[in-house]
Amino acid sequence: MTGKVVTITSGKGGVGKTTATANIGAALAARGQKVVCIDADIGLRNLDVVLGLENRIVYDLVDIVEGRCRIRQSLIRDKRLNELYLIPSAQTRDKSAVSPSDMVKLCDELRSDFDWIIIDSPAGIERGFRNAIAPADLVLVITNPEISAVRDADRIIGLIESEEKGPALLVINRINQELVRKGDMLTAEDVLELLAIELLGMIPEDNSVLLSTNRGVPVVLDGKSRAGQAIRNIAYRLLGDSIPMENIGEDGGFIGRITRLIRPGGD
Amino acid sequence: MSGFVDRLLGRETPSADQAKERLKLVLVHDRTDLSPGFLDQLKDDLIQTISQHIEIDPSSVRIEMAQEGRQQRLIADIPIKSIQKRRIN
Repeated sequence: MTGKVVTITSGKGGVGKTTATANIGAALAARGQKVVCIDADIGLRNLDVVLGLENRIVYDLVDIVEGRCRIRQSLIRDKRLNELYLIPSAQTRDKSAVSPSDMVKLCDELRSDFDWIIIDSPAGIERGFRNAIAPADLVLVITNPEISAVRDADRIIGLIESEEKGPALLVINRINQELVRKGDMLTAEDVLELLAIELLGMIPEDNSVLLSTNRGVPVVLDGKSRAGQAIRNIAYRLLGDSIPMENIGEDGGFIGRITRLIRPGGD
Repeated sequence: MSGFVDRLLGRETPSADQAKERLKLVLVHDRTDLSPGFLDQLKDDLIQTISQHIEIDPSSVRIEMAQEGRQQRLIADIPIKSIQKRRIN
């Protein structure tokens, strides 16, 4: 096996990195791929709760790096998906405990056992971000159609290029079709034009994400969730499936058009 | 276009259009690390230098940043005064 390392980053916090990491990982594992998700946000551990694995942590990333455990001992197997594993972040340690070369070394060892190594980057442009992108074969930049998230995404895309980890692929999260339709939210097309990188997928704003996170169950396992479907499409595109991009026209995309078909008075 | 209709109807520009325009400017300056003040300074310097060699109308000089993908380009539009106009002047 020669695993591929995918890092998910954003610049700005709160745009959906951890949710995207957990769900892309889960969607790949549900397709029979062997996946490990690594939480690289030292001091602000969260991938464990999003995956519902918070009660099973014994060792963490810093324990591996500092030699207190073997990699295998730190791996937490998912409750539902046999092929999905988590390496949790340390909650209490100093951020400088892990270096970019530690991450490269860890991922090189994991490559032989996994198809996919998915790294959840911390927000910001500091050490944690550099740790997260150092081993990456592919970097996904996630943003929201919102002015500060797009600005920070642009900054991070520039840094990824200067670290020679580009070209990054873009995921636009939390698109509110109703606001797009009213002209009060940037369209996916606007964001793409501004950032000028390749689009991997778009995720609509969807309350089912919050519900799934509350329960600690990945939303991609919810067959009825629109966001879940969008994230499954992103994972399948990573596998090389050719799934047409959802319409990103200025009328709010396919969901917007369906909304207007259902509620023609809404215009 | 929708902005034009809105103005005709006396409504405000959709906020997303404002966000996009603001972002365009912010991103150019973030990517190049050039402030709007720097561009004005550059324009003054260019006018001064070029005027030593060619007669130009300072008020019609335009300096702007253009975007091609993730590449930034500085575009200077400097109309030269024609000989005929100079004779009239």
